[in-house]
Order: sequence, then C-alpha cells, then structure tokens
Amino acid sequence: MSEPENIIVAKGLRKLYGRHVAVDGIDLTIRRGEIFGMLGPNGAGKTTTILMLLGLTEASEGSVSVAGFDPMRQPLDVKRHVGYLPDSVGFYDNLSARVNLRYTGRLAGIPHSQLDDRIDDALLRVRLLEVAGRKVGTFSHGMRRRLGLAEVMMKRADVAILDEPTSGLDPQATFEFLEMIRGLRSDNIAVLLSSHMLDQVQAVCDRVALFKSGKIALEGTVDELSQKVLGGGYNLEIEATGDDLPKLLAQVPGVQRVTHSGGGKYSLVAAHDIRNELGKAIFASGGMLMRLDHVEPSLDTVYRHYFEDYHGAA
Amino acid sequence: MARRSGSIWTGCGTVFLKEFADHLRSGRMRVLEWLVLLTGIGAIYTAIQDLKTTTSQDPFLFLRLFTDSHDPLPSFMAVLGFLIPLVAIGLGFDAINGEFNRRTMSRILAQPIYRDALLLGKFFAGIATIAVALTTLWLLIIGFGLLTLGIPPTSEEVMRGFAFLVVAIAYGGFWLAVAILCSVIFRAAATSALVSLGLWLLMSILWPLLSRFLTSAIFPTTPMSLLVGPSYQEIIVQQTLARLSPNTLFAESMMGLLHPSTRALGPVFMDQLQGAVMGNPLPLAQSLILVWPQVTSLIAGVIVLFVAAYIVFQRQEVRA
Repeated sequence: MSEPENIIVAKGLRKLYGRHVAVDGIDLTIRRGEIFGMLGPNGAGKTTTILMLLGLTEASEGSVSVAGFDPMRQPLDVKRHVGYLPDSVGFYDNLSARVNLRYTGRLAGIPHSQLDDRIDDALLRVRLLEVAGRKVGTFSHGMRRRLGLAEVMMKRADVAILDEPTSGLDPQATFEFLEMIRGLRSDNIAVLLSSHMLDQVQAVCDRVALFKSGKIALEGTVDELSQKVLGGGYNLEIEATGDDLPKLLAQVPGVQRVTHSGGGKYSLVAAHDIRNELGKAIFASGGMLMRLDHVEPSLDTVYRHYFEDYHGAA
Repeated sequence: MARRSGSIWTGCGTVFLKEFADHLRSGRMRVLEWLVLLTGIGAIYTAIQDLKTTTSQDPFLFLRLFTDSHDPLPSFMAVLGFLIPLVAIGLGFDAINGEFNRRTMSRILAQPIYRDALLLGKFFAGIATIAVALTTLWLLIIGFGLLTLGIPPTSEEVMRGFAFLVVAIAYGGFWLAVAILCSVIFRAAATSALVSLGLWLLMSILWPLLSRFLTSAIFPTTPMSLLVGPSYQEIIVQQTLARLSPNTLFAESMMGLLHPSTRALGPVFMDQLQGAVMGNPLPLAQSLILVWPQVTSLIAGVIVLFVAAYIVFQRQEVRA
C-alpha cells in the first residue's frame, strides 16, 4: 500500500457558531514531509480549522481527509495518526514528566513494551531527559511546551499539528523550539504550524497560508506570496534626503511603487534592478543618498502589504 | 449520519487506573476517610456501650451496631447517610472542569479515545474509590464488633450487612453522578463544589421539612383531619414527595435491611396486619423485596444523572 502523497485534504470547510462564521470555506492540501504554516491574526479561524482537522469540533460543511480517514466518521483512526500540541498546553502538575507521557502514551495505544523506550527517545530529543522524573509543577513555560512536543514525537504520528507553538517563549527558547520543529522534517511527517509570528514561520515553513476572517487569503511558498502581493518586483530600500523625493523616485523608469516608511526611508518596488538609475536621479536632483539596499522579500512585508491593501480597499 | 467507528471503551481502562490511583493518593481522599472513620468510630463506640448492657434476646444483635444511636451521637447508619454524599462530591466536583482548568483536556482528547471513555473512566474510578473506602470501613466495624461484643454474626446478618454495603455504594454513586454533572456544567471548580454541596444540604436537611410543608399546603388542616388524623392520600403524597430525595430512599433501604422486623415502609391498614406476628423479623428475601423499589430508584437516579452529564459533555466545545 503506497502512502498518499497528500496527507491532509480539506475541501470547502465551514464552521458556524450560531450565526457567527468562524471558518468560511477553506481548501487545504498538505503533503507528507513538508512544514506548512498557518498565518493570520487572532480570531482568523486557525485554531477552529485545526480542531476540525482533528475531529474535536464538528465541521458545519465541507469534507476533510487526514491520513486517508474522515475525522467525523473515524475520529479514532485520525487521532492515531495525528500528534497535537494545543496552544495552551497543560499537564498534571503532581505527576512527573515521564508519568504524564506514559498516561497519554497508553491512551494513544502505544504497545507497552515500546512505551518507555519511545518516551526516553522523545524526551532526549527535546532535552528533558535529565528532568524526566521531576514533577511537571516545577517546570517552566518553555519546558512544558517542549514536553508537549515530546508527546507529539512519542506518538510517531504522520501529522504533527502545532498550534501557536512558540507563543510566550523567550527568544532563546523560541530559537531552540524552532530547531526542534525543523528536526521533525527528518521523520518524513507533515507538520502543520499555526502562528502569528511571521519571522518564525518564514524560518521553518515550506508553504504558508494566510488566514483572514475565516478564509485563506493567500497560499504558497514565501516567494510565491511575495510575487503575488508585491507584484513580483524587485524590493529596494532607500534612505536619502532631497526635495520632493517620493515624486522624484516615482518618476525613475521601472519603479512600480514607492512607500514612505518614516524618516528619510522609502521602500520601493521595481521591475528590475534599478539601483544605478536611482542613485543617479537622486544625485542629479541635489539630494543625498545614505543607503540603498536590495531586500529579500520577508513574510513580514508580504503580510503588512497584504493587510494594508486589504484595509485600503475596505 | 453514519456510525462512528471504534469502541467507546478504548482508553477507558487507562483513564480508570489513572483516576483511581489519583484518588487513592490524594490528600482530599485521606481527609474525607478520616472524617468518616472518626465519626463512625464515635457512633459505633456508643452503640457498643449500649449493647453491652442489653440483656434482652435479640437475634440480630450485630446489626444493631449499625443502627443503634445514643444521644448526642447519631447512629452509624445516619452518619453514613450524611457523610457518603460529602465523600462522593469531594471525589467528583472537579472531574471534568479540572481537566479544562489544567488545560489537559485538549491534549487528552487528541488521543485516540472517545469522550465517553474519559467520563466513564472517571465515574468508575470514583465508584471504585467509594467502594474501597466503604468496604474497608465495613470490615473494620465488623472486626471491632467481633472484638468487643464477643459473639460472631450469623450468616443472615452478614448477608444483610453486605446488602447494606451495596446500597451504600449505590447511594455514593448517586452523589458522585451529581458532582460529575456539576463539574461538566460549571467551568469553575468552586462553583461546581458549591452547587453540589448546596444540593446535598437541600436534599438531606431542607427537603424533609419542605415535603411536609408542601403536603400541608395541598391538604389544609380541617376539623375532620384534626379528629381522625391525616388522610390516606395525604400520607401517600407526603411520602412520595419525601422520596424524591435520595437521602429518604437511602434511609428507607437501610431501615428495611438492618431492621429485619420492618414490615412496610408506607402506611398499613389494620386488616393487612391480620394474622401478622408483630415484631417478628422478616426473612432476608422478604426484606429485599421490601426495599427493592428504593434501591432501583437510586440506581435509576444514578443512570439519569450520568446520561445528563454525558449529553452536556458531548456538546461542549473542546476549546476553553
């Protein structure tokens, strides 16, 4: 039996809470071995989508298939193939880390003979093995998150769903946590990650979906998204002084858009590399050029541009 | 909608074992056990003092350990009727909302089990804990009785004692189901505890008074009733109202089981007493028949409450 290439397929997923539409027609396809990022502001429907994929919430409309099973009809089969790290993860504080994992491991139906080995293995990967016997009540926030990730690893699932995995972590802990998530890629599983921290998503995700008011506004790799939103242009950042600079810059051939980003700084989108022309134009007008950079499109800019446009249109 | 695949029992045993271990280790349980043990010993001790001075012939001397009271202490039976609910509520009031508040609910439900398994496992663990505690107490009392009274119980006394144990566990189950229902409905553990304790006080203290009051409202006092006493209907209505409380059902079952000479739990007509040898004990089977409606009502109450908790829980969103 060959594994299906697409491990999660959702079509036309909708969820209504009374008259409020939380998720409004989402199509999603996630492949094995990729890290997929769900991005969007709070309340955009990310967690609701995750709960529907897991079968923890009933979808109002639409169909889902996770690892070939329907979360509504075969919830146990789906949950057997999916590891889930909720956004607010909690453990039994009066029990040790190992006993906590042993409990969920038994619930997950992991064979008794393998359980302790798998727990040790997972705890080692998240670097909690030394404190395995300590009560979880003494753990820091970051350690609890890692213990949650260990639970997902212990399950050896085909899909790992991580809901806001790094929220509330300090920068060092965030960095380490992202490293561990990247480590999941070597297990050849699909990772679904929701976050509103753009730089983190960009750092680990292969593909990204931008959620907006219960819909997927944009989907693709970070490059594709920047193409779509920023017009596939060449992004430049300029710091310069001069009279009526925005107008001057806009007149340079090839410039598609000029945005003033405060002080003497401007961001430009151009059709091609026009750094030379820009410099000449500024000097010719008697202005002063302090900095001229080509910037790789970041998800941050994509996101901001997208929602600026959105708000502009609204 | 098509049937969902998989058994509802998947994971039930794991939940049961974990919860059972938690209960037995918890400080809460230890406090409750000491409370029951100390009050129980107090009640039994006074009962024994009285029994030692009794010279009359009683074939069921041993059962009187449970039922004899001596001012100011109530009988052991009455102590249990009062304290079993407290223990059961103590075990169940944060069963479900505790998981939400610890944020463990979504993690547990993301494992391949149905919600049924969680609820059933927790309920059975609570029942098992109550059963262990009551059985221990029961054995202790019998041992205590053997040592101090110096006479062994008859086989019928042991049987009656055992039936009493079963009914006491069912009674505990009723209050456990009340507590679990509250823990499903109320997100805050304190609210859940308060509501269950409020119900307990209502049922054990206020309801007997209320049922009398309601009856007198339905059947106002007339010169006739002052002369001949309450009518048959009035007695029946009052009794039915009183039996809405599980405490009444428990007390009546105890009465039937531990006082073998109890012949009826309701009003009796003179013609029904014709040929009866008053004060003569009933055989065990007859006593069981006598209390059967009370016991089945208790168990039915447990099931109804559990189903209510189940339905509310199934409809709850996992997201806190």
